[in-house]
Amino acid sequence: MSLYYMQKFLYELNRSSQLQEAYTADRHAVLEPYSLTAEEVEALTAPDIGKLYVLGVNGQILMHFAAFHQIEWQDYLQRMRDGIDDHGPVREGVYAITGYEGTRTHSESLGQEGGVH
Amino acid sequence: MPLVYAGVCSHAPGIRGRKDLADPEVRDALYAAFDGMRADLEASGAEAVIVIAAEHFANFFMNNMPSFAIGMADFYDGPIEDPGWLGIERFRAPGDRDLSERVITEVMNTVDVAYAEEWLFDHGIAVPLSFLTPRFDLPVVPVNINCQGPPLTPVHRAWAFGEALRRAVDAVPEKVAIIGTGGISHWPATPDSGKINWEWDQDFMAKWCANDRDALLDYDDLQVYADAGQGGFEIRTFLAISAAAGGAQGTVHFMAPIPIFAVSCTIATYDLSTSDRAD
Repeated sequence: MSLYYMQKFLYELNRSSQLQEAYTADRHAVLEPYSLTAEEVEALTAPDIGKLYVLGVNGQILMHFAAFHQIEWQDYLQRMRDGIDDHGPVREGVYAITGYEGTRTHSESLGQEGGVH
Repeated sequence: MPLVYAGVCSHAPGIRGRKDLADPEVRDALYAAFDGMRADLEASGAEAVIVIAAEHFANFFMNNMPSFAIGMADFYDGPIEDPGWLGIERFRAPGDRDLSERVITEVMNTVDVAYAEEWLFDHGIAVPLSFLTPRFDLPVVPVNINCQGPPLTPVHRAWAFGEALRRAVDAVPEKVAIIGTGGISHWPATPDSGKINWEWDQDFMAKWCANDRDALLDYDDLQVYADAGQGGFEIRTFLAISAAAGGAQGTVHFMAPIPIFAVSCTIATYDLSTSDRAD
């Protein structure tokens, strides 16, 4: 896995309108300079938000990639939840430390009202 | 001049970008609290404001991640996010390169910092400024502490950094305010977005108000992660303000969990007349 280069691409994409235009024109070509696996390329070109989350992409980068693709906030959150259901727990990065608990489970453990937001 | 204002506030992008999805009553109360913070900031006579934020991979990435960075430019553009997504139009905020250089030079005597002659503001600074200097007419000195990409800045170094900033501010002739921005417990931009540990937040802010150095430096990252999520790493910005306030006692002006904003939205200040550095 090359989480670093996936995130670096997204970091640069989020900052650069030129790279955004190039990505829109040819999603595969813009990824060539980055050291990525076939699975990562597929997730970045689809785009597969849930898979990217499972691969470990930080949400502070991923949420802007989702917004770039016109994915609304609640849909963005749901795609990550679906990604965990489809692909299993986060494999790498800061979110792999404790895994996904879920808002409802966490709120219940604290005796709070809660749920999905 | 001695530091004229010290406070903290939330910076969650949803505060602007998802304002229409929040309970209007609590949202309006938060906005009113921001208005109060702006009035207090203006009343302080501050001629510049240092904003310590937890940057989110807008300017700094893991190819060259500083523990601390301070902006040194005469202007800063933002927001880096899509204006429609963030709910803040493009702006240019004034900086003060000369003031930044003097602050950085003093801080460097005790804490190693990176400086940046360009800086695109993300929500960590843009959201607070949209309330506190809505006309973008007060010079800003942006500051970042690495709260995002492990290995993170140790909390005791964030404290030392806050103390160094206080020494630097007290040494310049300008009246300077200092504001820390960030979350307490939160799991932003993840499937757990909206999860809030309200009891943890209340306990943390009690320690913050008491300016209890030992208690504030006792936070361990793994435990913070378990209790308060990766967003909890941003307590570093609040700790730096505590250190800068030099023992002053604090007051929480607003605090409420707002799940659609993904955090317990908080506005708090220190009474600098109770600082051990007060004149």
